[in-house]
Amino acid sequence: MDDRKMQDKSLLQNKDMLVYKTHSMKGKDISQGLGFMLLVLCTGTALVFLGSIIYFITIRGIRVISWEFITDVPRMAMMKGGVAPAIIGTFYLTLVSISFAFPLGLACAIYLTEYSPKGTIINIIRLSINNLAGVPSIVFGLFGFAVFVNAFGFGVSILSGGLTLGIMALPGIIATSQDAILAVPQSYREASLALGATHWDTIKKVVLPAALPGILTGVILNVGRVAGETAPILFTAATFYTRGFPHSIFSEVMALPYHIYALMTEGTHPEVQTQIAYGCALILLCLVLSVSAIAIILRQRQRKMYGQ
Amino acid sequence: MDSDIKIRAENVNFYYSETHVLKDISLDIYANQVTAIIGPSGCGKSTFIRLLNRMNDLIPGARMQGEILLDGKDIYSPRTDVVELRRRVGMVFQKPNPFPKTVFENIAYGLIINGIRDRAFIRDRVKQSLKKAAIYEEVQNRLNENALMLSGGQQQRICIARCIAVEPEVILFDEPCASLDPISTRKIEELILELKKDYTIVIVTHNMQQAARVSDFTAFLYLGEVIEFGPTSKIFTVPEKKMTEQYLAGRFG
Repeated sequence: MDDRKMQDKSLLQNKDMLVYKTHSMKGKDISQGLGFMLLVLCTGTALVFLGSIIYFITIRGIRVISWEFITDVPRMAMMKGGVAPAIIGTFYLTLVSISFAFPLGLACAIYLTEYSPKGTIINIIRLSINNLAGVPSIVFGLFGFAVFVNAFGFGVSILSGGLTLGIMALPGIIATSQDAILAVPQSYREASLALGATHWDTIKKVVLPAALPGILTGVILNVGRVAGETAPILFTAATFYTRGFPHSIFSEVMALPYHIYALMTEGTHPEVQTQIAYGCALILLCLVLSVSAIAIILRQRQRKMYGQ
Repeated sequence: MDSDIKIRAENVNFYYSETHVLKDISLDIYANQVTAIIGPSGCGKSTFIRLLNRMNDLIPGARMQGEILLDGKDIYSPRTDVVELRRRVGMVFQKPNPFPKTVFENIAYGLIINGIRDRAFIRDRVKQSLKKAAIYEEVQNRLNENALMLSGGQQQRICIARCIAVEPEVILFDEPCASLDPISTRKIEELILELKKDYTIVIVTHNMQQAARVSDFTAFLYLGEVIEFGPTSKIFTVPEKKMTEQYLAGRFG
């Protein structure tokens, strides 16, 4: 079905170009041509920015990257050795935030799409969740510090930081999960109910399996986004230097984004440490991009499943 | 006339918020007979058939008055178990809607949600259902393929098999051939004639010839009212109402 749509689209485009070529002298077509050029230009500019970020980070970062850099602990006051504890730290923080935000976000999304009565209160709840996405990350950091570090007494730890990141990812996860659930054709729900399935059975056995790739994509993208955040972990989890690897979820950790920040602001030997910061940035970029790649693959698989 | 009434609709009125869609409908549906509901688009055929398994419950702002009795019991009474009702009154939809699962899983679904765990029993029932739906030979080697890979006509028979698997008493067909080619349509029609031995069948169609081919009784609906209801042979040859005659002659609709 998609193929046919694509064909129609390309036909349409060809036709437009044909018109553009044969009557290019007319004023109307000149303005259309200019509009088209402008759009291409803007798209190009956006691509240039993206490309140059990747280019500069790669060029500057690749110099310091080695097996040692990825697997070793920092030595000689951050001048030598590697950043393995920071990589591991980011990994653990991400893991905690997923295990917290995924079930909670999914449950919220199921409630909001399948069960909640329609009305003002629910609309206010939806709006609040959306607004939560707009709260500055440093505010999440302060919240995490007040609640997880102090009130719950988790201290500056992987747990506090992971939970803070999880809360930050939550609005995005709820929104994308809601979209994925709403995208499941109503005809599947009807088919299931008509067979004598309960609403809950229908959700569990038909709606969720069909929506799962979309939900996972949302979870991965949102967790990937917050995994690169510095502000939320600033007071809740991160530390500049640990001698080895974290040994429990109550340990404070090094994390890649914070490590970059620390190297650039508190470094004693900028000429060496700036390079290390770029190395960290490259690793962080690779991690986030590969997470996005996984999300894209999942989405493709979902499209295939619906025979589109 | 067969006196074995399976479903009786009494003075049924139905509203979508303010729109009065069904007006005072009274209709008897006989056991092991095919009852066709015909009429032009928008006359309320689909709305009516969806009242019989309470699928319209899902529509916000919809309101129903009157009684629908299944084996003499009001299916709209507060004591009705809707889940059990829908198991007894199965439905095949206008657009084939198999789940994005394998052929086997599609048919087994209804059994599993009804708490059946015995694998041998499930396998056997899946096979029987596929056979009854006249699709077994075509898919016997494709049971583990995604049902969405089958043709539209095959998908619709999969949906019929899925419905049969939970052993309903009544099967509602809501324009089952609307999206199918003539050959698939013929297969479904033959199947309906075969199925009426075991099930009570209600079919909505706006294809008059189809109603004539498959049904024993026909109800002609127009703008939410039953204009005429009776044995198909009579409706199609000597209709009582002028409007029925005009519709069947293709003067409107």
